Amino acid sequence: MDTEGAAERFVTADTYQFAVTLFLISEGAFFAFLIIAYVYFHGSMTSGPNAGNSLNPLKSGIYSVFLLASSFTVSAAERKLSSGHRRAFSGWLLTTILLGAVFLVGQGREYFNLYRADVSVSRNVFGTSFFTLTGFHGLHVLLGLLALCILFALAIGGDFQPGQSNAVRAVALYWHFVDWIWVVIFFVVYVWALF
Amino acid sequence: MSDVPYMPQIPAAGERVGATVDYEKNGLLGWIATVDHKRIGILYLLTSLVFFGVGGIEALLMRIQLARPDNDFLSPGSYNQIFTMHGTTMIFLVAMPGLTGMANYLVPLMIGARDVAFPRLNAFSFWLLAFGGLFLYFSFIAGGAPAAGWFSYAPLSEQPYSSTTGVDYYAIGLFVLGMGSIAAAINLIVTIAGFRAVGLTIRRLPLFVWMVLVTQVLILLALPALNASLSMLLIDRLMNGHFFVTDSGGSALLWQHFFWAFGHPEVYIVVLPAFGIISEVIPVFSRKVIYGYEFVAASTVAIAVLSFLVWAHHMFAVGLGHSIDVVFAIGSMLIAVPTGVKIFNWIATMWGGSIRFTTSMLFATGFLVMFTIGGLSGISFAAFPIDWQVTDTYYLVAHIHYVLFGGTVFAIFAGVYYWFPKMSGRMLSERVGKIHFWLMLVGFNMTFMVQHFMGLMGMPRRVFTYPDLPGWAALNMTSTIGAVIMGIAVAIFLWNLIVSFVAGEPAGNNPWDAWTLEWATTSPPPAHNFDLLPPVRSRRPLWDLAHPENPDWEHGH
Repeated sequence: MDTEGAAERFVTADTYQFAVTLFLISEGAFFAFLIIAYVYFHGSMTSGPNAGNSLNPLKSGIYSVFLLASSFTVSAAERKLSSGHRRAFSGWLLTTILLGAVFLVGQGREYFNLYRADVSVSRNVFGTSFFTLTGFHGLHVLLGLLALCILFALAIGGDFQPGQSNAVRAVALYWHFVDWIWVVIFFVVYVWALF
Repeated sequence: MSDVPYMPQIPAAGERVGATVDYEKNGLLGWIATVDHKRIGILYLLTSLVFFGVGGIEALLMRIQLARPDNDFLSPGSYNQIFTMHGTTMIFLVAMPGLTGMANYLVPLMIGARDVAFPRLNAFSFWLLAFGGLFLYFSFIAGGAPAAGWFSYAPLSEQPYSSTTGVDYYAIGLFVLGMGSIAAAINLIVTIAGFRAVGLTIRRLPLFVWMVLVTQVLILLALPALNASLSMLLIDRLMNGHFFVTDSGGSALLWQHFFWAFGHPEVYIVVLPAFGIISEVIPVFSRKVIYGYEFVAASTVAIAVLSFLVWAHHMFAVGLGHSIDVVFAIGSMLIAVPTGVKIFNWIATMWGGSIRFTTSMLFATGFLVMFTIGGLSGISFAAFPIDWQVTDTYYLVAHIHYVLFGGTVFAIFAGVYYWFPKMSGRMLSERVGKIHFWLMLVGFNMTFMVQHFMGLMGMPRRVFTYPDLPGWAALNMTSTIGAVIMGIAVAIFLWNLIVSFVAGEPAGNNPWDAWTLEWATTSPPPAHNFDLLPPVRSRRPLWDLAHPENPDWEHGH
């Protein structure tokens, strides 16, 4: 095991994965508090804009499917990389980016429509808690897209050797987190709005 | 696991073994660009020391203002800014970086690793802290420091009542250094989990490392609560949000719940590593193994779990309802059990030992007594009728200082006297150190013991002055004189640091005859920490090495 003159020890894949997991646990705690704040104020707005009269769960649901699908495509990309299909790897990465971008476009359109209906952060406590929660999530999607774009550029440049890549693993874990925390947010914000 | 080879025996004191791999540059650039955990640890400690000076000066300014009734040394506005900055500084820029610095320096050495898992991330964490702190202090020249107290209760912290940019700087500054704390926590957890020397199982881990590990889990879960709260406060202030603005549907109470969801674990974040320091110092200077290692470790985990369940004991005065108050009172009293377990572990370790009262051991003993006093007044607060009577009085100020100064700061002093030889290669002067200790002990008790009585007599905290009521002037003057004595003690400590760094007695590898791995390398250690490691077959590898006839592992610990 440990012998005289052992080579420098390198950080292993497990270590990276553990570190990213810890980071995502802290991210989960962060979102938990934003969600609690939203829940706390749900129903306190009986007049003026609220979740029930301002949101469109069907439309948002359709856009959400794109985001969820991207969780599977990024897994597909990882599998292709480890089996050595580098072109397919790039293709699945690009698909993931496009799916994520469609989701962001959907969120942009939703925000624009709400803005036209005079629903904003400063309008009332629904606006404040809704835009804070979904806005922080959108920001995370945007950052994830940037990371995916960097991976894609590196993949096109031929940077990734077949097999496990710590960078791809880290971004994929983060992307799964962003996708699945959205499922929670979708139920709390949009599905609950129906009742 | 660490990949440092075993050493057959400890090299002679002061003698370096093998070639040093000095990838670190010297000079100022070397320190700014460093990714070495030891240098980063020292940077944390120096940052903590600088802000300790700043926060201490703020405390002295307050005590000068309060020395006499109806004093006008400070204006009410400046007084509010100064007490807010004093609290924020001491928690976030002194206690946390002081302990993180210790952890950064010591954890890789104690587990026999070359560095932390992610050295660059480690440097990034430190610089987030440094710039977060500078950002907070920039508020003074940007129109006024925050003045809403270190916990920034809404709606006082909201735009209508805090119209300068002070609270914005507070929120962004703490957010930035909070991110640094989370990154450092991830780094330390991964390091402790995966970079230990062969044989250093979780049940043989030095207790300091144990406490640091539990603390990092607390940071990982509690700091996001602060960051989320600060984000909401900023959205309220900068984008006219309504989270905590009561007259437009928001909830001031929500801020309290969120802040203390962070704030109570925070209390343990700044005290558990102090427990860790004490758990290293007391056995070495009592020449005994720690009494009940498993209990010290397990009670730490119990404290950590409970710390997430008692936040509302900071909110008894809100009127949450009788049953809620009862639940939180019971939870808070429960925490006294694992904490008391530790106190008894330490006393039992000292019992029958051949105690060497070095300055480090004096501070550790001082910690035991001072922290117990703070713990007892803490239990009195858990009984909410008492809390209702004395909340927001000087009784509370006394309590928090017995816990955080008599506890955390005394422990950090014990740690500095214990590990300074390792960090610098030179001993701190014991003679000057003892003057430092006794002045500090006397000054501390003069300052804060009387504050219990001031609080019971009804003197509220956070008032810039008070009327000349019977007894108040004398008690306040006593407190101020005590604070000045503490100031002198700190100056003596600084003197000791500087003089000993330049001309102290050479320390050698293991001046205290201690047993954990950090003492198995030179003082200061080479950049790569170890050339060779002793085999780890028990909790005290260096004892085993020195006593092959009677090693610990034959006794099963």
